[in-house]
Amino acid sequence: MTGIRKLAGRGGLYAVIATFAFFGAFPFYWMVIATFKTDHDLFSPLNNPFLFNEPPTLDHLKVLFFDTHYVTYLVNTFWVGTAVVFITLVVAVPAAYSLARWARGWGEALGIGIFLTYLVPPTILFIPLSRFAGALGLQESLWSLILIYPTFTIPFCTWLLMGFFKTIPKDIEEQAMIDGLSRLGAMARVVLPLSVSGLLTIVVFAFTLTMHEFLYALTFISVSLKKTVSIGVPTELVRGDVFQWGPLMAGALIASIPVAVVYTFFLDRFIAGFTMGAIK
Amino acid sequence: MTPGTNAGAGEGTPVKTGIMDRAESLAKVMIAPAIAYIVAMIGFPFVMAILYSLSDATTGDPTLRITGFQNYAAILKSPVFRLALKNTFIFALVSQVVVIILSRILAACLMKPFRGKWIARFLVMLPWTAPIALGTIGWLWMLDSIFSPIDWIFRSAGLLGTPGALLGPETNIYWLGRPGLAMASVIGVHVWRLLPLATVIQLAGLSSIPQDLIEAAEIDGAAGWRRTVEITIPLTLPIIGIAFLFGLIFTFNDMAVVYVLTRGGPVHSTQVLSTWTFFKGIEGGDLAQGAAISLFLFPVLAGVATLMLRLARRAEVV
Repeated sequence: MTGIRKLAGRGGLYAVIATFAFFGAFPFYWMVIATFKTDHDLFSPLNNPFLFNEPPTLDHLKVLFFDTHYVTYLVNTFWVGTAVVFITLVVAVPAAYSLARWARGWGEALGIGIFLTYLVPPTILFIPLSRFAGALGLQESLWSLILIYPTFTIPFCTWLLMGFFKTIPKDIEEQAMIDGLSRLGAMARVVLPLSVSGLLTIVVFAFTLTMHEFLYALTFISVSLKKTVSIGVPTELVRGDVFQWGPLMAGALIASIPVAVVYTFFLDRFIAGFTMGAIK
Repeated sequence: MTPGTNAGAGEGTPVKTGIMDRAESLAKVMIAPAIAYIVAMIGFPFVMAILYSLSDATTGDPTLRITGFQNYAAILKSPVFRLALKNTFIFALVSQVVVIILSRILAACLMKPFRGKWIARFLVMLPWTAPIALGTIGWLWMLDSIFSPIDWIFRSAGLLGTPGALLGPETNIYWLGRPGLAMASVIGVHVWRLLPLATVIQLAGLSSIPQDLIEAAEIDGAAGWRRTVEITIPLTLPIIGIAFLFGLIFTFNDMAVVYVLTRGGPVHSTQVLSTWTFFKGIEGGDLAQGAAISLFLFPVLAGVATLMLRLARRAEVV
């Protein structure tokens, strides 16, 4: 009796998980189908849309890579992401370290204050920031994005790193300083090497957050060759009113999957930072 | 340097003299760039947004002349703004209620050990880990007015496209073309997008429950659902609250889903404050009104954030 019940429970568990997985992944499965389907197959309302009624084709990928600016979007995204990661590390690492180590009374409050600025929505900031970018002559320039994206990466990464540095015992640095290293030397040669996984987390988040960003890119960039993937694909792969569904889906798919794979590895830490360390 | 101010630096270490070794000043030097950046790029624009909302600036004439609260008066009179305000709340509240219920179920499943968990987790998390604008494009194609696979299933099942069919004689449902359905579609995509985030938060909450509590309940003979109602839900309530509030903030501020799916249409029926800010302030060039629209919900957001901090404190005690 209990055996049967257990088996039914197992089956039920798998059924529920499968339903959720289907719900989550279906749009991406749908992109895969559209990527390899011939236009004729894609645009025949009577054909079963879930299957390949005609042999699969690589035409859409050819169009995407050779007839659109897709590769440029990828390069732009990569360049902006790398620059933002660099700026974020340079600014957030020292800040987080001092907040975690030295600033006892005001450190906690300042840390929370910094985190809260992450919650100031881009929808409020983007109008003044668009004027800034204009005043600095950065309209239609990727530099405007590089300048502005740290508004969400710095607060968040500082907060995340602060929690991380707190978990490294102080004795280790003190020992290094007794051995003759300066304070900065102890930080650079002892603490940072111990924090590689924390730093890697920051790199991944700063990069994925810039890749996900939509509103600023849409506001500041309208020249096709300067667009990032996130706005290039939705706005440029449409010719007039004609959607090129095949290349559009291929473009969305190719940019989504690698970032999703990397992100998944780091998701738990991201959430731990998100919930402000409330959950251990 | 007095010993008192040096409390965090570790007494007993040899005191060195260079400025870079004095803890307090070094700490200040190291925090300064972050503070300077945040003040310049978040604080200052925020103040500017407030000033803009009290001015009559446009992209054509961006000079700042403070004219008072006329923008707020004007947007409050505008029917589109009122609709957008209402939609913002409907979208956020409805989608988050659904998300909390679904994520609780999903998290409970993911707590159990089973084969293939890694791949299940990857698939379930996809809507959150993939860039939102790109994921939404997948939905745009799935909700297409002619080639929607959902319509195809209904047609094949005889529910659509024949005279007297249950869902109507037309060949398509036009998911994004009819006001009510377009709203439902936007809510659906929000649920899809935020379910993974809420699930991970709830998972963390569930795994923070002390195992001996659950075992004690099992020994006492409490049935599964009773354990859920009497132990896990009360214990994880603060964390459920955090998931809900985070989701609210995300949906309040989201712009990509509505922009990619409907651009606020048909006839503003899915317009929300974030898209309306963009259309008015950037595409329409009315900086002042755009700023006023974007700031309108800020008090609500600030309230939600405060509530969240309180809940986070409480969760820490658990």
